[in-house]
Amino acid sequence: MIARLLHGVPRHALLLLAGLLAILVAAPIFADDYLVTVLILILYFAYTGQAWNILMGFAGQLSLGHALFVGLGAYTSAALYVHFGIGPWIGMPVAILISVACGAIIGFLAFRFGVGGVYFAILTIAFCEFTRIGFDHFDWVAGSSGLFLPVANYTRNDLINLRGQPVMFYYVILALTVAAFVMCHALLRSRVGYYWQAIREDEAAARSLGISTFRYKMIAIVISSGMTAPAGVFYAFYYNNLFPEQTFFILRSIEIILGPIIGGVGTLFGPVIGAFLLTGLSEALQELLTAYGLDTPGAKRVFYGVCLLVVVMVLPNGIWPPIARLLRLDRRETPET
Amino acid sequence: MPAEIYLNVAISGLLTGLVYGLMALGLSVIFGVVRVVNFAHGEMMTVAMYVAVVLFAQLGLDPLLMMLPIAALLFAVGYAMQMALINPFIARPEHSQFMLMVAVAIILVNGLLIVFGPDAQTVQTSYAFDSFAVGPVIVDATKLYAGLAAILVAAALFAFFQFAPLGKAIRACADNYTGALVVGLDVKRLYALSFGLGAACVGAAGAIIVLIVDVTPPLGPAYTLLAFIIVITGGLGSMPGALLGGILIGLTEAMAGLFFTPSAKSMFAFAILVLVLLFRPQGIMGKRLT
Repeated sequence: MIARLLHGVPRHALLLLAGLLAILVAAPIFADDYLVTVLILILYFAYTGQAWNILMGFAGQLSLGHALFVGLGAYTSAALYVHFGIGPWIGMPVAILISVACGAIIGFLAFRFGVGGVYFAILTIAFCEFTRIGFDHFDWVAGSSGLFLPVANYTRNDLINLRGQPVMFYYVILALTVAAFVMCHALLRSRVGYYWQAIREDEAAARSLGISTFRYKMIAIVISSGMTAPAGVFYAFYYNNLFPEQTFFILRSIEIILGPIIGGVGTLFGPVIGAFLLTGLSEALQELLTAYGLDTPGAKRVFYGVCLLVVVMVLPNGIWPPIARLLRLDRRETPET
Repeated sequence: MPAEIYLNVAISGLLTGLVYGLMALGLSVIFGVVRVVNFAHGEMMTVAMYVAVVLFAQLGLDPLLMMLPIAALLFAVGYAMQMALINPFIARPEHSQFMLMVAVAIILVNGLLIVFGPDAQTVQTSYAFDSFAVGPVIVDATKLYAGLAAILVAAALFAFFQFAPLGKAIRACADNYTGALVVGLDVKRLYALSFGLGAACVGAAGAIIVLIVDVTPPLGPAYTLLAFIIVITGGLGSMPGALLGGILIGLTEAMAGLFFTPSAKSMFAFAILVLVLLFRPQGIMGKRLT
């Protein structure tokens, strides 16, 4: 298993990866609380970006509604915890199940009827918006007044119920991100992964070679939505409050996809490097704006928009491919561009 | 509830729907010709709305009179955007174009937020509370003017595409890109013109709709989605379809607000979108998808 995973990966790539992982594992020892929360945010976006990347980057189906799967994961686990005292680790499989069911419905509707490209993107937005308005009127999860998880001042970390200090959350999201990375690496070089890439590059050609495009696109959306749900569970227990108009907000979906797009769609490192860059830059900008007293709402997002504009115009394949070439990692790391 | 209420609400929904239709017409023109999905459509609409609000608040100019100047302004913006930003993206993959427009949308919506703040702004005209009584039915004057203005602009656009040589040239570009190049049409300029025309539509619609709706920055994404729903329902690229879709969605929203709660009204629009995508993905008036 491990030998197969490592097969064909350049040795210096492994060394670099191990180094990065070691830095991330050791980071809380050196970092203060603020830096840990920034790192949590970065890893959260790296994780969700990785999950989105399966659908768009691997299989070529543009989803602009991934906040839906985050939100379903968050609401499911939070509601189970608040109403029945069911902990997040038991809530998580339920959350994944619900998220997968919803992803499968969207996928079935879209792919069955040949809805692709922009139409698919709009369908995902529509489902997310539909759910947002629905949850606004869904009283069991408190509707638009928001669902709150009980909070206390925790002196010790309770990993079972995910109640505790930021450092614990940091290691949880780090573990999730590493697992997602390894899984995507494995997927990308599995038979399914090659089928996905064939569909992404030329769907008609893929079909003519006998690939059941419907089936493999379904697999992509099922895995992607299932993988996104744990991020929602994490989100719920980390932030402790859920509002439909925030959780299912369309900008949430866009935030998820900015990282992989800026990093490089379809690459393994794209979502990670994109999350680091974007979150790092935006936090730095926030500091700068606050320091100069220019902390107007919207300034940060204008910056997001400009970043996206520049990257889309100048580096259509993201920033990872040039970096990969520089580090000589482009052997099997990036799909051909 | 007396029966007149249903009729009143239906007429109000129909008139609002006409303005929605005009907005969606802009999206349809842009997609039909340039084949780029303008994800910043609603944001451009809010820009026009704010221009109308500022003109009214500062100079006391009626939005209906300012409809054409604002449309001209948005035309210039659209023309410049197509020339500078979008033309280099014509050959790029769909998601790349999409992201470009998402970036423009994010910049616009948050730029407006910085300049105007999050509070709703409104236009109070002298005729805001006037109404006409036709038998038992009461028609809101503002909405009537809005609907008529929308019809007027839409008719002008139809006439342009049907009769003007330039309009025919644009349709030629939309029908056959290579053919248009071969007969010597300046496709890039025509694309810019089309984007400008689409933007002008949305500019006019924005100037009209401030009479009915208070403007806030987050309205942008909401209108973008609404325009998409309308255009897909009516048939992407079909101009009568866009108007028809607008009326349908306007009616649906009004009725949903009456029977359920107004805050849930867009759920019904989304439900219509899902149904259309499933059973008639080409839209009511659209040609079969390829």
